[in-house]
Amino acid sequence: MSNTITFMIDGVEIEGKPGQTIMQAADEAGIYIPRLCAFKGLSPYGACRVCTVMVNGRPQAACTQPVAPGTVVENDTERLQHLRGNIVEMMFVEGNHYCMFCEKSGNCELQAMAYRFGIAAPKYPYLFPERDVDASHPDILIDRNRCILCGRCIRASSDLDGKNVFQFVGRGKDKQIAVNAEARLADTDIDVTDQAVSSCPVGAILKKRVGYAVPIGERLYDHKPIGSDIEAARTAGS
Amino acid sequence: MSGTLENTVKDICRSHSNDRTRMMDIVREVQARFKCVSSEAMDVIAAAVGTHRVEVESVVSFYTYLSEKPKGKVVIRLCNDIIDKMHGVERVAQAFSDALGIKFGETTPDGTISLEYTPCIGLCDQAPAALINDVPVTDLHRSIARQIVADLKKHMDPKRLVHRLGDGNNAHELVQSMVVNNIRTEGPMVLSPVNRGEAIKQALAISPVEVIRAVKTARLRGRGGAGFPTGMKWEFTRAATGEEKYVICNADEGEPGTFKDRVILTERPDRVFAGMTIAGYAIGAKTGIVYLRGEYAYLRPYLEHVLERRRNDGLLGQNVGGKEGFNFDIVIQMGAGAYICGEETALISSCEGLRGDPKNRPPFPAQKGYLDCPTVVNNVETLCCVTKILERGPGAFNEYGSQGSAGTKLLSISGDCKLPGVYELPFGIKLSEVLKQAGAEDAIAVQVGGASGAMVAPNEFERTICFDDLATGGAIMVFGPERNVLEVADYFLDFFIEESCGYCTPCRVGNVLLKERLDRILAGHGEPADLDYLQDLGETIKTTSRCGLGQTSPNPVLTTLKNFRSAYEALVKERDDGLQPSFDLSEAVGDAEQIAGHKSVHAD
Ligand SMILES: Cc1cc2nc3c(=O)[nH]c(=O)nc-3n(C[C@H](O)[C@H](O)[C@H](O)COP(=O)(O)O)c2cc1C
Ligand code: SF4
Ligand code: FES
Ligand code: FES
Repeated sequence: MSNTITFMIDGVEIEGKPGQTIMQAADEAGIYIPRLCAFKGLSPYGACRVCTVMVNGRPQAACTQPVAPGTVVENDTERLQHLRGNIVEMMFVEGNHYCMFCEKSGNCELQAMAYRFGIAAPKYPYLFPERDVDASHPDILIDRNRCILCGRCIRASSDLDGKNVFQFVGRGKDKQIAVNAEARLADTDIDVTDQAVSSCPVGAILKKRVGYAVPIGERLYDHKPIGSDIEAARTAGS
Repeated sequence: MSGTLENTVKDICRSHSNDRTRMMDIVREVQARFKCVSSEAMDVIAAAVGTHRVEVESVVSFYTYLSEKPKGKVVIRLCNDIIDKMHGVERVAQAFSDALGIKFGETTPDGTISLEYTPCIGLCDQAPAALINDVPVTDLHRSIARQIVADLKKHMDPKRLVHRLGDGNNAHELVQSMVVNNIRTEGPMVLSPVNRGEAIKQALAISPVEVIRAVKTARLRGRGGAGFPTGMKWEFTRAATGEEKYVICNADEGEPGTFKDRVILTERPDRVFAGMTIAGYAIGAKTGIVYLRGEYAYLRPYLEHVLERRRNDGLLGQNVGGKEGFNFDIVIQMGAGAYICGEETALISSCEGLRGDPKNRPPFPAQKGYLDCPTVVNNVETLCCVTKILERGPGAFNEYGSQGSAGTKLLSISGDCKLPGVYELPFGIKLSEVLKQAGAEDAIAVQVGGASGAMVAPNEFERTICFDDLATGGAIMVFGPERNVLEVADYFLDFFIEESCGYCTPCRVGNVLLKERLDRILAGHGEPADLDYLQDLGETIKTTSRCGLGQTSPNPVLTTLKNFRSAYEALVKERDDGLQPSFDLSEAVGDAEQIAGHKSVHAD
C-alpha cells in the first residue's frame, strides 16, 4: 500500500499514485475538474486556471499540483464554480468569439465550458482586440481571434510532433501565438496530420475543408456536457 | 543576408560560447550593437545556439529593452510612475516631446533619438527621473529636458549630460552618476560601515550546518517581500540533491516606490557579496549570480570592480578565505526591463535565457531552480543581514525588531514628504513614527509595500511595520491632502497590465477589466453595483492567478475599496432617470443622427 497516496476531494477518499497531479488522480476516480489548458499526453501547464481547487484551504491549479497524503481538496463548491465561471467569461471577452458562425461550434471546449457553467452572456465588457488570421498554409488555418493562449499547440508540437512550430511572443495583454518562421505558417514544417493541429481546444487552429464534415447537432458536446466522459467512469463504478 | 550583421551576430554568440542559456547576454549585446534584434539577427542567433527562431523571437518580444524594430542611438526612458506624476513629469514629458518633435514611443526621423515611458526606475526620491541609455538623470524639469535634447543633438553622448556628481560612490570614477543616496538613517545592520572579510572569516570557522543554525537563531526572514525564513530556505537547498547548486541575489528591485537595493549596491556591495559567499558555503554552491535589473546597468562596472577586488583579496575564487576546497565566485546577469523577473522563478527563467515567465511550483527553486539545480534566491538586503549575523552573532541581530520580525528594515520613502530617501529602522516601528521622521505628517494615504501593497488610511497609521502587520519589501509612498487615491490605484493597474507576463488568464485579462471599470467610475459613469463588481473581480484575480503578481495586483483596488470606500461612493450614483450611468444617450444616437442628418428629439 505504500504506493498509494490517500487524500480527500469534496469529502470522498481518493487514492492517487506518487507523481500524479490532483487532476490525474481525480480523473481516475471519475471526478471531473474543469480544464482548458491541460490535455492528455501533454505536460501540465497551469495557464488557464479553470482547474483551480482549494488544497487545505489554499488555491492551487489541480493540473500542476501533485497529490499529497492527507490533503483536503475542495472542487465542486459554489465559490470555486463561481471563480471558474469568471475565468471562462474572461476568455470570452478577451478574444473575438462568435460561436454562431464558428466552424468549431459544438466541438469547442471553451463553448462547452460556458454551457457547463451556465454562462449565456459574459458580465464583462468585450475587449474586441485586433488579431490576425493566417491562411497561408494550404491545409491549415490560424485564426488568432479565437486563441485562448492555452499553449496546447506549443506543447503538442514540441512534445508529440518533435517539431517547434509554435511559441508565444509578446507579453501581458499583447501576448499571442507565433509560428517558427518570419511570419507565415506556410513557411514552417507543420503538417496537417500533426498533433499540434488537433490539440487546439477552440477554433484557432483549424483544418481546412473539413469544417462541416460532422454536421452541427452531431458534435462532441452537442448532447453531453464537457467532462461527462470522465464522470461516466464514476457513475458506472458506483 | 548582410554579411556584416551575420558575422557580428555570430561573433557575439561565439563570445558567449554559442550557449543557449546565455540568450539574455546575446540579445542584449545584439540590441546594443544594432539598436534592435532584427528578424535576420534572430535567424542567425537561432542557428548559432541551436534553437528555433521563434524561441528567440519569444525572448526578444518579452523584454522592454529589446526590440525587433530599430531604436535610436540614444533612448530616453522617462519614468512616468505615480511618484513622478506627482512631481510634474507631464510637463517634462511635453518638453522632451516638443524639443525632439516626436511623441512618446517614437524615434526621431533621422533615427538618432527614441523617446519612451518606463515604470519606476528606482529613483522616486529624486523624481522626475529618466534613463538616457544607461545614464540616470534626476530632478528633471522643463528647462533641463530642453537642455538635454540640445546637448544630445550636439554630442549624442549621454555620459556628458552628467554635470554634477552624487554623494558617496555615485561619484566613484566607475559610476560617475548624478544619483544621490539620500540615506536618512544609517541603522546598525545593513547600512553600517563594512568590516571586509570579517563575516566570511567567522562563517568559515564553523561548519555549514552551524552557519545555517546561526541564520535560523537570528530569525532572519527574507526582505524581498514574501518574508520566508532564510535559514529554512538554505536548509532545504542544502538537503536537496544536485550536481551543482546556485546562490542567486535578487537585485531586480522593480516594485514601484522601492529603491533601497540601489543604495545598498552603491554603498555596501561588499556586504551583499559576502552574504552570497556565506550562502554558497552553507548550501554547497560554487557559483553565485547577481540578477541586476537593466535599469541599474550604470552600477555594473563598479560592481565588477568590487568583485575583482574580492578575488584579489582571496574573498572569491579558489579556497575562499584560505579555506581549502571552498571555491566560490560571482557573476552578474543583467535583466532587460521586466518587473515580473523579480519573482524568483521568473528570474530563474530569465537567467536561463528564456522569457521571464514564472515556473510552476512545485518543484521549488530549493529543489529544482536554475538549470534544474537546487538554488537559493535571496534579496540584496537579506544577504546583507546574513553578513551582519555572521559578523556580530545572531543575538546582536535579533536584539532589534520584534519577535516575529527580527532586525532592521530598509524603507524607501517617497511622495509627499519633506525627506524622501532610505531609512534603516527597527521592525515593529509604527507607521506614524515613520511618517514623522520623513516629514509627512499631513499624509491622507500611504501605500505600504509598493504597487502590490496596501493603501493605508490615517486611522491605521498606528499600525506597525513588520511581517505580521504591515508587511513591506520596503516601499512607503506618501500621498498628501491634494491627491486622489482612486487615481493612484488606477495608475497601479496600468503598471500591472503593462508588466503581467500574460501566462495565466486571470492576471492577463482580469487587470484590464479592473481598470476598465475603475476608469468608468472615475469618469463619473459608475453605478453602485460597480463596487461589488470590482470586489468580485479583484478577488477572482487574487485567488486564481498563478504567481505573486496577479495574486497581489488587485490590492490597490481592494484596499482602497475597504479603506477609502467613501471616495468610491462619492462617484457612483443611481441616476434619477432610471438609465444606467454608463449609458450616454446623446452618444448612443450620435451615429444615427449623423446618417439621418438631423437631431433626435430625445437627445437634448
Ligand atoms: C511580481 C513579483 C516581483 C518581485 N520582485 C522582487 C524584487 O524585485 N526583489 C526581490 O528581492 N524580491 C522580489 N520578489 C520576491 C521574490 O519572488 C522572492 O520571494 C525573493 O527574492 C526571495 O528573497 P528573500 O527571501 O531574501 O526575500 C518579487 C515577487 C513577485 C511576485
Ligand atoms: S492556437 Fe489553440 S492550442 Fe494554440 S494557444 Fe491558441 S487556443 Fe491554445
Ligand atoms: S487546466 Fe489547470 S491551469 Fe489550465
Ligand atoms: S523612479 Fe519614478 S516612481 Fe520610482
